[in-house]
Amino acid sequence: MPEIRYIDAINQAHHDEMARDERVVVLGEDVGRKGGVFGATVGLIDKFGEDRVIDSPLAESSIAGVAIGMAANGLIPIAEFQFADFIHPAFNQIVSEAARMRYRSNNAFGCPVVFRAPFGGSHGTALYHSQSIESFYAHVPGIKVIVPSTPADAKGMLKAAIRDPDPVLFLEHKRMYRLVKGEVPDGDYVVPIGPAAVRREGRDLSVIAYGWMLYESLRAAEMVASEGINAEVVDVRTLAPLDKDTILKSVAKTNRALIVYEDNRFVGYGAEIAAIIAEEAFGDLDAPVMRLGAPQVPGIPFSKPLEEWFFITKEKIADAIRKLAAY
Amino acid sequence: MQRIEDLTREELAAAVESYAKMVLARRFEEAAERAFRHGKIGGYLHVYSGQEAVAAGFLSVLRRDDIFFTAYRDHAHALLRGTPPGAVMAELYGKATGVAKGKGGSMHLFDASRGFYGGYGIVGGHIPLATGAAYTLRYLDTDRICLCFLGDGAMNSGSFHEPVNMAGLWGQDAMCPIVYIVENNQYAMGTSVSRSSAATNLASRFAAYAIEHERADGMDYFTVRRVASRVISQVRETGRPYALEVLTYRFAGHGAADLFQPYRNKEEVTQARTRDPITVLEDRLRAAGVLTDADVERIHSDAEQTVEGAVRFADESPEPAADELFKDVHGAWGTWPR
Repeated sequence: MPEIRYIDAINQAHHDEMARDERVVVLGEDVGRKGGVFGATVGLIDKFGEDRVIDSPLAESSIAGVAIGMAANGLIPIAEFQFADFIHPAFNQIVSEAARMRYRSNNAFGCPVVFRAPFGGSHGTALYHSQSIESFYAHVPGIKVIVPSTPADAKGMLKAAIRDPDPVLFLEHKRMYRLVKGEVPDGDYVVPIGPAAVRREGRDLSVIAYGWMLYESLRAAEMVASEGINAEVVDVRTLAPLDKDTILKSVAKTNRALIVYEDNRFVGYGAEIAAIIAEEAFGDLDAPVMRLGAPQVPGIPFSKPLEEWFFITKEKIADAIRKLAAY
Repeated sequence: MQRIEDLTREELAAAVESYAKMVLARRFEEAAERAFRHGKIGGYLHVYSGQEAVAAGFLSVLRRDDIFFTAYRDHAHALLRGTPPGAVMAELYGKATGVAKGKGGSMHLFDASRGFYGGYGIVGGHIPLATGAAYTLRYLDTDRICLCFLGDGAMNSGSFHEPVNMAGLWGQDAMCPIVYIVENNQYAMGTSVSRSSAATNLASRFAAYAIEHERADGMDYFTVRRVASRVISQVRETGRPYALEVLTYRFAGHGAADLFQPYRNKEEVTQARTRDPITVLEDRLRAAGVLTDADVERIHSDAEQTVEGAVRFADESPEPAADELFKDVHGAWGTWPR
């Protein structure tokens, strides 16, 4: 199996699926001639032409809306938002139209659109190029929200999203594009939307994370391993629909849970996981469920010290693990 | 105004048919207003009375396999396209037999089988969808076209300007066979066009997006139909978008709850009613000798009976079953797109 970068996995999935099905089209700002702001769509326009790879005007609401109309009429659009931060003007289209199309039309129309958006902070990306948006959309029934963390998952889950009958918000943590490398299976394969994955087996506590936080959590788990704390790490690669079983099974084994997410802690996605564990696994717990999330500030600040204060790092996670283990 | 002596026999015959449908739509709206007052219909209700010539003119020349989108004042569009009145009324009642099985209600009708891609409750929200759907028609190599009805109020929203620019652009490659039909009924809810739009010639605003456009009298069925016929053929031929501002008037309040209408005076409404599109058409058909007193009587009595039947059907239909709540949230893997 070849080892490739996360961004290459995304790119390959596009190439494969467009070759497989003529109904797949891509639209977004600079997805064509430029090949995408991060290069996710490189080479598509040369292979598939301008009718299938549409350099759209700078108009997020309508990138989403036009894609929804295309999907209602039989195409499978992949709509790229350059940054998740720019998706807000399209919120109405995604929530009011995409999520409800099948429900209100009693299955006469579906909405097989993939909305792709790079999210999360990297160094210096600051206020408008760093946001985590997953909880806004995970809240809305009718939309699936996925956050693959490995190249194999990125490729297999993007293929699954494209073949899915429903709208899927596909979130790519921008820090992973070039830093994360991994093996991907040869040939055509799909990684199903839904199941979570246990990335590190452990017995003392469960760390539940997704996106870049998965990598910080795995490193933190290594850091505390030498201190005799054996942490299990669960990758929640699908946020909606959530695979509760894998999480509850892990907590039943370890009796302690720490949820790590980069979004603001308050009303963030981890709050839902914490509530589920509290409601459904109370008897398994030896300690209160803990959450580690970003501080309650309106955006990721630019300056390096402020940014470091904001980000959840492996050191902060390791500290939280020690506290939870000692409880 | 279209001169009656210029009309062909076919046009006159089609006009009589449209006249009957417009009468039906009017009677339907009146019945819906009554049902609302009696508490049979809850939520919101926006009737089309006064604007019938617009949808009738366009939908009478639209091909069976063409598609259309509209906003929330959508009952007449469904009826004029042939959706059974009982299924429309039942939807207004929220019954299981409604076109959307009671999930939509007045503002959110649908009839996929007739190319009606829905009424949409967020002003302007459907314009991007219609534009994408139009692109798809060409992408799939068909000669079908898409109509997008919208109101004057929608033209000031961002969701108007963004997709219309895309349509202008894609039209240059013959990839956007869409007709934008601005039904200018003079008011966005309670705010008049002159109080909400810096440029009140709404058709002219399409010039900014390189889209051919014109204004038409929306109270005269023949004018609308002639324009619609020419524009639809052109768009089908060229794959380029076209825009029409159709000047019309809403006789009723914005919605059923808009009782006092402090934003306009009674004289204005009375004046507008002197050009009731149904009467205008009736007079012209009588003058042309294709509509007699007996025809008129029959058409009105048929419409009343059909509407009574629709109301009875809605009244007697069952409420949706509780399990309908969770149906059609997601599609089954492997079933979509069809």
